[in-house]
Amino acid sequence: MLIVLLILIPLLGGLAAMLMPERNVHIHAVGVAITTLALAVAGYFHFTMNTPGIDLVYQHSWIESLGATFSVGLTDGLSILMVLLTAIIFPFIFISIRNKQPERKNTFYGLMLLAQAGLMGVFLAQDALLFYVFWEVALIPVYFLSSMYGGPRRIPVTFKFFVYTFAGSLIMLAAFLMIYQHTAHQFSFGSFVGAGASLEAGQQNLLFWMIFIAFAIKMPIFPFHTWQPDAYEQSATPVTIVLSAIMVKMGLFAVIRWLIPVLPLASVRWMDLILLLSVVSVVFGSIMAMVQTNIKRLIAYSSIAHIGLMSAAIFSQQAVGLQGVAIQMFNHGINIMGLWIIVSILENRLKTQDLREMGGIAKVAPAFTIALVVISLANIALPLTNGFVGEFMMFNGLFNAASPYRIAFTVAAGLGVILSAVYTLTMIQKVAYGNTNSLTEGFKDLTINEKLILILIILIILWLGFYPKMLMGLVNV
Amino acid sequence: MNAIIVSALAGVVMMFTGLFFKKSGQVQGVAILAVLAILAATGYDYFLVSQTNRSYFDMIESDHYTAWFNVLITACTTMYVLLFHKDIAKVGRNDAEYFALIYFVMSGVYLLSSYSNMLILFIGIEILSIPQYILAGSDKENVKSNEASLKYFLMGAFTTGILLMGITLVYGATGSFDILSDRFSVQFQNTAGLNAMSFVGIMMIIFAMGFKVSAAPFHMWTPDVYDGTPTAFTPFMATIAKVAIFVAFIKLFHFSFGNVNDAWQMTIAAMIVLTLLIGNITAVYQQSVKRMMAYSSIAQAGFMLFAIYAFNATSWNGLLLYSVAYTLASLGVFAVLIRMKDYTYEGFQGLARKHPIMAATAAICLLSLAGIPLTGGFFAKYYVLSATVEQGKMLGLVVFAVLMAAVSAYYYLKVIMSMYFKEGEAELTEEPNGIYHFLLILNAILVIAIGVLPGLILR
Repeated sequence: MLIVLLILIPLLGGLAAMLMPERNVHIHAVGVAITTLALAVAGYFHFTMNTPGIDLVYQHSWIESLGATFSVGLTDGLSILMVLLTAIIFPFIFISIRNKQPERKNTFYGLMLLAQAGLMGVFLAQDALLFYVFWEVALIPVYFLSSMYGGPRRIPVTFKFFVYTFAGSLIMLAAFLMIYQHTAHQFSFGSFVGAGASLEAGQQNLLFWMIFIAFAIKMPIFPFHTWQPDAYEQSATPVTIVLSAIMVKMGLFAVIRWLIPVLPLASVRWMDLILLLSVVSVVFGSIMAMVQTNIKRLIAYSSIAHIGLMSAAIFSQQAVGLQGVAIQMFNHGINIMGLWIIVSILENRLKTQDLREMGGIAKVAPAFTIALVVISLANIALPLTNGFVGEFMMFNGLFNAASPYRIAFTVAAGLGVILSAVYTLTMIQKVAYGNTNSLTEGFKDLTINEKLILILIILIILWLGFYPKMLMGLVNV
Repeated sequence: MNAIIVSALAGVVMMFTGLFFKKSGQVQGVAILAVLAILAATGYDYFLVSQTNRSYFDMIESDHYTAWFNVLITACTTMYVLLFHKDIAKVGRNDAEYFALIYFVMSGVYLLSSYSNMLILFIGIEILSIPQYILAGSDKENVKSNEASLKYFLMGAFTTGILLMGITLVYGATGSFDILSDRFSVQFQNTAGLNAMSFVGIMMIIFAMGFKVSAAPFHMWTPDVYDGTPTAFTPFMATIAKVAIFVAFIKLFHFSFGNVNDAWQMTIAAMIVLTLLIGNITAVYQQSVKRMMAYSSIAQAGFMLFAIYAFNATSWNGLLLYSVAYTLASLGVFAVLIRMKDYTYEGFQGLARKHPIMAATAAICLLSLAGIPLTGGFFAKYYVLSATVEQGKMLGLVVFAVLMAAVSAYYYLKVIMSMYFKEGEAELTEEPNGIYHFLLILNAILVIAIGVLPGLILR
């Protein structure tokens, strides 16, 4: 039952948020998000301690004529990490915007909580049809959110994002239908794995690409990334956090959970090509990040590079690499949320996203600068920050991949890491150092609320940097 | 088959209502009672059906599927009458006659869902079509309405001739009108044994049916007719009257021509490709939401044709689901559209802020038409495509169809973008009242309920 509540509470909370009086809605949303977080933490402890009597799987009949069941469960460390991440991000978002409430609060919080319910469903679903339904459903509230709140070009940009991902998902649905024909008319994960194994190589290849394109658009991997920088730039910060910290992880998660186990032969067959695309994403994302003057676009491209590295580690199909990816998916979510919060503080006070107009903030706002530096360093995976261990393990996996080009791939990806240090440090320098100008002179340091949020994020970063065992224990293979 | 009789009687009663009741409100009241009576009759039919039984000299065949389809489609009609009765009465001075025509169409719907004789098929199609020609032209002072009626009538009458010729040729080949008879099964045993006469007959029937369901390349009349017809009648013609023909279509081609599918499946496949392509691509370029919905109804017909193409158990289920999901979703969109002063996309701008319930219902219905999960439209598309995959031939067709579904998301979302994300003063012709809001919410809930639990519809 605990598992169902993880979906049900944000779902009902979201619907309630749309109907209640506007002055109560913020506190209601925070309450719902924290309840969900408590449930997720409870799930985590039950999983690690193997509490007897607590069932982390729930199943109920759904559409009997199709053999589809409402089947959800916390079955492995990866889904726990993703559920925890989803549960942590939302309270942070809600608290961080306490002093700068969006317009039409009911709609905003309602849709945010519905998005959370959908995302939870994606990470918990154990049934292919249910997974597909949640995969699409998570997109709808996010589509509405990013179209309603954000920059001037948000409507066409979000539209592109929607049509892109919707087209991808539909192709995935067609592939699921074809796999389904080879099962005993069931949608359960197990029967999909069985059906996938029974397919011959030619069919596996076709289905692999049909499904991979859907996931690659979501991640996004070069050359399917074109929606991403625009969407991140134009959406309002809370929505960008949901997009970049959680939604892109759906793609990675789905590859690990649904693509590789169901179509293992094709995943090996196309390893080289996908590793190449992933590594191109790393290098391309890094180079593009270096030449950006808009801070939001810079972070967007850096995210493409990071996701590219994770995708490379997944397709290298080494245990250690996969472990690293699982950890990094969680940590990247935390770090990029921190970065977006920093950016939103900058944007709110300076009313610009242009790096060339910033400078000298370290002189007027030391606390802000510390937070900026720590979170940025975590983003380039400096040792003792949370990003380091995962990145190390991912490189280890990539280097040991069963691919003839593994050394070239590793070197190219390593180049991406070096570049990431370049653009991140340049960004810090442009924002915080140099001389103040008329714009940054009056930059106010962090408020109590902002301090609280950023200190919490920094604590998580450092704690997981010093003591990564908490995450590693979950994903031991 | 009480529904056939009750609906025909309801039509006659409605015609006399105009004599006795002078107030439009009273006529509408009788009309609502009449549709409830028809609904009760279909419910009673469903209650009576225990197994397949044939009646009226073996010309009518009713089974669980037919009876259940009748109940569902009549429930949709009830929804239509409840949502639109005021608008129907407002079209012109002959309010009672409009309702009478609608109930005569329903009589045709029941004949089409339960025929087992090709003569009944023909009569059913005629009973279904002729009132529609009149309804299309019911706004007598409007040139576009007159054009719609004339166009529909001329082309429809011509197509009826082709259908009749097709039926005649099939009769000539088999010597029987009874689609379940031994003569049919002998004649249509396998493709090799098919003679030229029956092949031409089958093709003519396909073309005529394709015209009636607005499948390309026989779709030319659709945009003008649906656009020119008064908005109160367009949703009825585009949904309820259309899906009934699909049921007649699949019945004939599954039970009678199923064994000779090699002869006609490629034709249907070509029609599917053309219909999806023309319907979806042209819909993208429309300026008026009403005209967009006309093209979208062509595109949706393309999806329903998959059920004919696959002709298996899944496709029967899919057709059932598609009929209800598509009808309810279209009704929801049209119920909002008819209240708008300006039918263009600009006219919808700012609707969400001024009338959130109308906008939310329209949005849910549009998402359902696009086939987003958790709305009825998803499982409708799912079932018809699944039926095709099950059949195992032409999987490329399925991939093509899902890409076209993505295109359809483009124009459906354009309406949502206008309503929700653009600033404007969406003007209504009439302020919505409580009952209207209640019906809209009910409609939206039904669309979602089918999307969450399609088992409610399936039998």
